[in-house]
Amino acid sequence: MSKIDITKHELVPQHIVLSPEEEILFLEKYNITRNNLPLIKSSDPIIKAIEERDNISLKGKIIKIIRYNSPAGEGVYYRYVID
Amino acid sequence: MNEEDIVLFGPPKKIKEIRFALLSPEEIRRMSVTTVVYADTYDDEGYPIMGGLMDPKLGVIDPGLKCRTCGLKFGECQGHFGNIELSRPVIHVGYAKEVYDVLKATCKDCSRLLLPEDRIFQYKEKLREEGVRGSIRENIISDILNEAAKKKGVLKDNKCPHCGSEQLKIKFEKPTSYKEGDKKLTASDIRERFENITDDDAYLVGWNPETARPEWCILTVLPVAPVTVRPSITLESGIRSEDDLTHKLVDIIRINQRLRENLDAGAPQLIVEDLWELLQYHVTTYFDNEVSGVPPARHRSGRVLKTLTQRLKGKEGRFRNNLSGKRVDFSARTVISPDPNISINEVGVPEFVAMELTLPERATIRNIERLRSLVRKGAFTYPGANYIIRPDGKRKRVTDITSDILAEELEMGYVVERHLQDGDIVLFNRQPSLHRLSIMAHEVRVMPYKTFRLNLCVCPPYNADFDGDEMNLHVPQTEESQAEARILMRVQEQIISPRFGEPVIGGSQDYLSGAYLLTKKGRMFDKNQLAQMLYVSEIDCETPEPAEIVDGVPYWTGKQIFSLLLPNDLNIEYKSKVCQKCDRCSIDDNKECKFDAYVVIENGVLKSGIIDGATFKARSTCKLLDKLVKDYGTDAGRKFLDSVTKLILWSNCIIGFSTGIDDEDIPKEGLNLIEKVLKDGKDKVNKLIDLYREGYLEPLPGRSVEETLESRIMQTLAESRDKAGSIAERYMGMDREAVVMARTGAKGNMLDLTQMSASLGQMSVRGNRLHRGYFKRSLSSFGEDDVSAEARGFVSSSYKKGLNPKEFFFHAMGGREGLVDTAVRTAQSGYMQRRLMNALQDMSVRYDGTVRTNDDIIVQFKYGEDGIDPAKSTYGKAVDIDWIIHKVLKSGKGA
Ligand SMILES: [Mg+2]
Ligand SMILES: [Zn+2]
Ligand SMILES: [Zn+2]
Ligand SMILES: [Zn+2]
Repeated sequence: MSKIDITKHELVPQHIVLSPEEEILFLEKYNITRNNLPLIKSSDPIIKAIEERDNISLKGKIIKIIRYNSPAGEGVYYRYVID
Repeated sequence: MNEEDIVLFGPPKKIKEIRFALLSPEEIRRMSVTTVVYADTYDDEGYPIMGGLMDPKLGVIDPGLKCRTCGLKFGECQGHFGNIELSRPVIHVGYAKEVYDVLKATCKDCSRLLLPEDRIFQYKEKLREEGVRGSIRENIISDILNEAAKKKGVLKDNKCPHCGSEQLKIKFEKPTSYKEGDKKLTASDIRERFENITDDDAYLVGWNPETARPEWCILTVLPVAPVTVRPSITLESGIRSEDDLTHKLVDIIRINQRLRENLDAGAPQLIVEDLWELLQYHVTTYFDNEVSGVPPARHRSGRVLKTLTQRLKGKEGRFRNNLSGKRVDFSARTVISPDPNISINEVGVPEFVAMELTLPERATIRNIERLRSLVRKGAFTYPGANYIIRPDGKRKRVTDITSDILAEELEMGYVVERHLQDGDIVLFNRQPSLHRLSIMAHEVRVMPYKTFRLNLCVCPPYNADFDGDEMNLHVPQTEESQAEARILMRVQEQIISPRFGEPVIGGSQDYLSGAYLLTKKGRMFDKNQLAQMLYVSEIDCETPEPAEIVDGVPYWTGKQIFSLLLPNDLNIEYKSKVCQKCDRCSIDDNKECKFDAYVVIENGVLKSGIIDGATFKARSTCKLLDKLVKDYGTDAGRKFLDSVTKLILWSNCIIGFSTGIDDEDIPKEGLNLIEKVLKDGKDKVNKLIDLYREGYLEPLPGRSVEETLESRIMQTLAESRDKAGSIAERYMGMDREAVVMARTGAKGNMLDLTQMSASLGQMSVRGNRLHRGYFKRSLSSFGEDDVSAEARGFVSSSYKKGLNPKEFFFHAMGGREGLVDTAVRTAQSGYMQRRLMNALQDMSVRYDGTVRTNDDIIVQFKYGEDGIDPAKSTYGKAVDIDWIIHKVLKSGKGA
């Protein structure tokens, strides 16, 4: 069996890594530091999958998560990657 | 805070932060006012012994005496700590686990953290960069502890990376002893090791060395609680009885003394060890008398002592009983009973209660005469006043003798504590207070008799009925709190539930069946009846044009009268509860439904349709009430409910309503049909069983043959019961009151009715047919492995026909499960509720729309992910698109 790319699975919400510039804007918008954010572990399958796909380390990055099945139609969430 | 308090305690201070730390031995000594050396309390003359456990320096517990330390009186002096110098150190039970963690992570010889320098450096960096949030920090620290502890107990690589000494495995023997290899570690050994831990290492294993050093977990000096914390009580017989804590401290001092003497005398090691252990036991039980593995310390009478932990822990402990919830003044509790004649906003308060509960009112130019007359009336005539408070704060009780004098004395600036009166705002509550609506603000209506009265429409949010329920009432004492209660908590502001955005306050039971009878086609009222109905429901309007004139007598329809309750510009269309899903009930092809189930209201006139549960039933989708509250405001909603319930109450009196067992009558041919259907079902089941026995039954995918048989049987029996039910339904039209109740949503449903008239159907436990009880059978009257319908709890009889003994037993089995489930569910959901509330109570929606905890950690970026308040939304959405489209299309047609 070939390995499934979970980033493409329809039940997995879209995960986008914020660029450093976006991070600054984002943190400014909510007037917070990284430490006010919800967390996601770097051992989380989706983080591992993205790291493997893009060949980067996500530790310390902020991930934007877009959920299409939320009550608002599109729910945006952010998580801070820890190990 | 009044001026007197400011003199006593200094100006009010604001708490900036709270830090939890350990008491160091120096700190314990510093805050101690005396060292307690004698185990005795009072001498023969009854005076406290200096240096004893009741030393007057430790505070005052006798009225009239002054504190030897601070000079304050009883009630003012908060008490002062003393100390006991322990002859040998002992472990503090509360920190036994932490001591174990540190022991495992540090070297037995050099006390360094058992990690190589490079790892220590890495972890230090990690803690520095992520030092902010608690949960991450805790994770890292537990990683450090685990990694360091690995050095102990392994054969290879068990050397200290710093001094190279070999590490032995440490065992923790609850509650307070530790073994290294085979040797027991004494508290002194451990303390010595901990003293050598460097501040940096202590930090890495989770200690802030500035506020808590690991060795402070091993006590060398014990704080003695002030006497105000453990007052002795004098019984009527004059015998002094000491507090449990004092008893415990006596034990500690005695053993401590003996240990000291033996040490000084150079007693044998064995005796010293025994006494040391005993000291450890007493100190342990002083802190916690419910430690597992330690026999609880007892009073001479055999009663288990209540020590420090027991004072704080659990439901009766200080936190849950005295801090999270406490007894309050200005409250009342009594049985509730219904009153359909008061507004939903009101609560009927007995005069007895109103005379006991008071409201402070300050005398002004506008109210002084009124207050004077209240004071003159005295405390024992309603409405009167109980106290007057002079501007200097002096309270004076109003009695029959003093009332006239006090009334004269009353001046501007005096405060009168007057009886509760009509219109005052009070908080009303019913336990279990599971949601916001369990406490609502009501306006007082003082009434005779001894129960609280409430409108039936507010029963659903309180989940109240009148089979003996009691409720609580609280009187807010300040103008601010009264205004707040009125604006935020008043019943009418809570009609729409914040949980699902639909009304939780509304009609139920007879109001719904009554609404059906009132607005049914052909219902007519004459002028007398019309006048009565308009009067009771407080509708102020011109007499409408009669719908019909028969023999010169004018008549009005129920629909016409109902329309008088509606605003003139109200437009709405919806299907009522009685709808049978006929194909004419659609938004386009309306008004022709043969059940009159399509409600059309145009410009405040009920054009067609029957009013029932879909209009104003509590806790359900009720379109009209919902629209009234959301589009016309809560005042309109309250007025509608107040009027419609009174109107229906009256129309019910005119029309009459009664149900009997004949509502479940089914003619002979119907009963025969039902019997045949049920028999066919059972035959089908028997055929399935034969098929299975012969081995011809095809298993369903993913199931065994037995499972297949079981599910096919259940399916077959369910089908035949449904068929029997629908046959019964054919005979049960809206001319039967029981059906009216079921269809309008007043009480019961059609399933209940067919169970009464046709057949009960399958009884079940945990979703399966009944099969347990006897070996391989449900009852002894069946053969082993009999899986037929009757043998597995299928009840063909109806309630009306009656159940045979076997069926009756099966029915009881199924019924028992229901009772057990409710009991278990309430217990479990209660505990879950507590935990959820504790976890979520400090979260708030901020101005940027985010939901955050009290330390500013974001939980949601937009409240509910959509930022919508359910109580202000239309069925969960910000706008009702269907209705807008409908309106646009309709206006387009008209133009
Ligand atoms: Mg009850
Ligand atoms: Zn004092
Ligand atoms: Zn070492
Ligand atoms: Zn219809």
